[in-house]
Amino acid sequence: MPFAKATLKELREEIKKDRSAIRSACQALGERIGKKDSGIRAYISFDASRLEADIERLVREKNPAITEKPLFGIPVSLKDNLCTRGWETTCASRILKGYIPPYDATVVERLRANGAIIFGKCNMDEFAFGSSTESSCYGPTANPWDLSRVPGGSSGGSAACVAADEAIAALGSDTGGSIRQPASLCGVVGVKPTYGRVSRYGLIAFGSSLDQIGPLTKTVEDAAILTNVIAGHDPKDSTSANASVPDFTQACRPDVKGLRIGLPREYFVPGLDKEVETAVKKAAEKLASMGAIVTEISLPHTEYAVAVYYIVAVAEASSNLGRFDGVQYGYRYPANHLSDMYFETRDRGFGGEAKRRILLGTFVLSAGYYDAYYLQGQKVRTLIKRDFDHAFRQVDVILTPVSPTPAFKIGERTEDPLAMYLSDIFTIPMNLAGIPAISVPCGFSKENLPIGVQFAAKHFDEETMFRAAYAFEQSTDFHKKKAGV
Amino acid sequence: MAEYESVIGLEVHVQLKTRSKLFCGCPAEFGAEPNFNTCPVCLGLPGSLPVLNEQAFLYGIQIALALNCRVAERLKFDRKNYFYPDLPKAYQISQYDQPLSCGGHLLVDMKEGQRKIGITRAHMEEDAGKLLHEGRTGSVIDYNRAGVPLMEIVSEPDIRTPEEAYAYLTALKAILQYIGVSDCDMEKGSLRCDANVSIRLRGETKLGTKVEIKNLNSFNAVKRALQYEIARQTDAAVKGEAIYQETRLWNDEKEMTLTMRSKEEAHDYRYFPEPDLVPFTVSSDLVEDLREDLPELPAVRKERFVKDFGLSEYDASVLIQDKALGNFFEECVTAGAPPKRASNLIQSELLGMIYERGETFHTMKTTAVAVADLIRLVENGTVSGRGAKDVLAGMLETGNPAEDIVREKGLAQVSDESVIAEAAKKVIAANPKPVEDYKNGKEKSFAFLVGQMMRETKGKANPALANKVLRELLGKL
Repeated sequence: MPFAKATLKELREEIKKDRSAIRSACQALGERIGKKDSGIRAYISFDASRLEADIERLVREKNPAITEKPLFGIPVSLKDNLCTRGWETTCASRILKGYIPPYDATVVERLRANGAIIFGKCNMDEFAFGSSTESSCYGPTANPWDLSRVPGGSSGGSAACVAADEAIAALGSDTGGSIRQPASLCGVVGVKPTYGRVSRYGLIAFGSSLDQIGPLTKTVEDAAILTNVIAGHDPKDSTSANASVPDFTQACRPDVKGLRIGLPREYFVPGLDKEVETAVKKAAEKLASMGAIVTEISLPHTEYAVAVYYIVAVAEASSNLGRFDGVQYGYRYPANHLSDMYFETRDRGFGGEAKRRILLGTFVLSAGYYDAYYLQGQKVRTLIKRDFDHAFRQVDVILTPVSPTPAFKIGERTEDPLAMYLSDIFTIPMNLAGIPAISVPCGFSKENLPIGVQFAAKHFDEETMFRAAYAFEQSTDFHKKKAGV
Repeated sequence: MAEYESVIGLEVHVQLKTRSKLFCGCPAEFGAEPNFNTCPVCLGLPGSLPVLNEQAFLYGIQIALALNCRVAERLKFDRKNYFYPDLPKAYQISQYDQPLSCGGHLLVDMKEGQRKIGITRAHMEEDAGKLLHEGRTGSVIDYNRAGVPLMEIVSEPDIRTPEEAYAYLTALKAILQYIGVSDCDMEKGSLRCDANVSIRLRGETKLGTKVEIKNLNSFNAVKRALQYEIARQTDAAVKGEAIYQETRLWNDEKEMTLTMRSKEEAHDYRYFPEPDLVPFTVSSDLVEDLREDLPELPAVRKERFVKDFGLSEYDASVLIQDKALGNFFEECVTAGAPPKRASNLIQSELLGMIYERGETFHTMKTTAVAVADLIRLVENGTVSGRGAKDVLAGMLETGNPAEDIVREKGLAQVSDESVIAEAAKKVIAANPKPVEDYKNGKEKSFAFLVGQMMRETKGKANPALANKVLRELLGKL
């Protein structure tokens, strides 16, 4: 079995048959990384001794309570903003280089408790600020389908390693599209669960009211398996919902008969790449041919989403990043005076995009501007939420493009932040509303670049989202095509 | 010359006596090894999140109710952003536009009568760590205090004199101790106070330019700093100099306030709603339950002491200031001591002795029941009032009952008439001149002769009996 290519589900079957598959899979991934990652640069760090110890322990594990766990022996890679005890966690920022958390994020605890092996930490935009993984202090990650192009972001490393068969599955975080957009650009599956579905404890915060952790996988079913493990109430996160978690793999059935699917007209506008539009519309037609009821709907406040997002997200970010001040951990510029230490540490520790967002966020919260920006932004956010509430009275699932274009060239948008911000125009509204959404491969451009389609559902209705995504995926072959790296 | 009045408002921070901190499970205790009581949450490590301590929330509501405040229908927290090394997240989780409670008041007893001081608001927030400056080698931080729950209680600018400010703080401290939510120990920092003060011409209704005073380490410092600041501002006003809006620090040694920062240097805290804590509805049933569960508050207790025990307003107000003191007094009365006598003994003797010994009602060796026994011995003439003081000292020293001390130290009053008559005869024989004066109608001489009798009996003679016997013998001369 070519282990590196395996899906999570396939590898699980192999491990059930033969425990040594755990070691074989990790070795195969290691070899693949050795050959390919110098060009892709999806990973930031590994912990070889810990990996070896984990493999050893799991291969010898006799306790059926552990060997029966859903992720027993499965290597999972993590975006480098998820805290791992004793393992450097940097957010791809100079200011956190050398920072070793004393605790595991709740999702990491859950992965381990369910038998998973933490395989490696993935590259990302610095503090998840970006849509291309170019703002990492470690340098950009390349798209496995075309090394001159970006993998998307900010979870670009997580998407690229799965697409390049350098990982079986990965976790990312999504504040405005940071899982779905790179999944789309790399031809893999990416899920942003409902806000509150997955504990954020141990996720280094960007926009606290928007952030959500989710899986990047090779198939929809793999994403459901991972979501099953990471979802659920966590007493350590007051925003995590005390809602029961159904078995999402049960929702993965190839049946969309009678499912009401809405296409918001505001998402099919000039600026949307023709090839993307065609692929997404074909996806809708495919589902209609399978018995879904496809209608056009309206989400009238869509045009304000990006503006609202860049008020709310940067406001929260500016506050969340205040703690990186050189006092307790991470990078510190040695200075004789406190204010010099603050200024120099933050000036040298943060990259350009981080500084831009801290400044924007500080500005919108400043006395005299708060009402005009932050408060107004929150009001419009409520209107955007209501758009979705209203739409979900008419339809079960909303189908949209993920990214306006396929993967763009490295460097193409770095000098134009606004163009970069618009990369997330179709994914941001779901974060503002807090609803779950998934990106699934739905085609390729003429240049053989992957295109994704997004399915969004009501709060805590990931089941319907998975159902639509799985049915579509199973009726197509896009997910089987491998990156040419 | 124009007459000025001062306008004072106080901001008091009290640490709540919860077992754990406001947003994590670390102990909130004082005095642990530096940075021992810390975790990722109170250290503000990346990725950590706050979870509200329910007990702190309940204490907060109790404080609000005891201060006659309206309790908010919704509990919402905000972030107050600023940089300082003792603030691990670079923001403090506090409450901004929707405080836990507002619109209350507090009654303060002054010689001139009762004053009602408005409470603008009382809100919950977390404490910061402690920065210790170690000379040239740099500064170190102890985060044990970071995240300890605080209530910030802000008064209306209703206070007019430094003495009123002192009385307000005393009354507030008593209330907080009565409901048992805080130690209110300024030395340990569990109660801190900043003062805002301005002056204006008497009769003026507009407020003057206010100055904030920080670094007030005792109620006394609050009083003295206000006295200094009012004099400084009045002096400036009289000279026609400007008073600037600023924050000043009280220097306890130099007995003066010094500029810390001007209005222009004030922080913009960039408050916004804390996204990590979901606002929730405060159940009105819960508030009503807590209201019913409130213990008797000092003001009510004072009225009861006056009404039920016949104490003076003054005596009652002294006894209720400290909950343990009030309890001690009541236990004495319950054990049979006449209220006024108990009040007198406690106020004139016991309080001073405890203070001198550096003890409290909790640490001292004797009990209220034992003190009631002592009062009984005074009542039945076994011990004189003068002797009671020595007995009490012995009780505090050893913890033994009054009877034992009386016996051991031979402090029993002499009520044997023949012994007293013997002493009286000796005194009369030894003091012919005063005796003569007394016979000639000089009452003062009688007091002198009684004094001589006490001396003769080493203070043990029953004073009433000594009086009686001496008068009889003198009358027979």
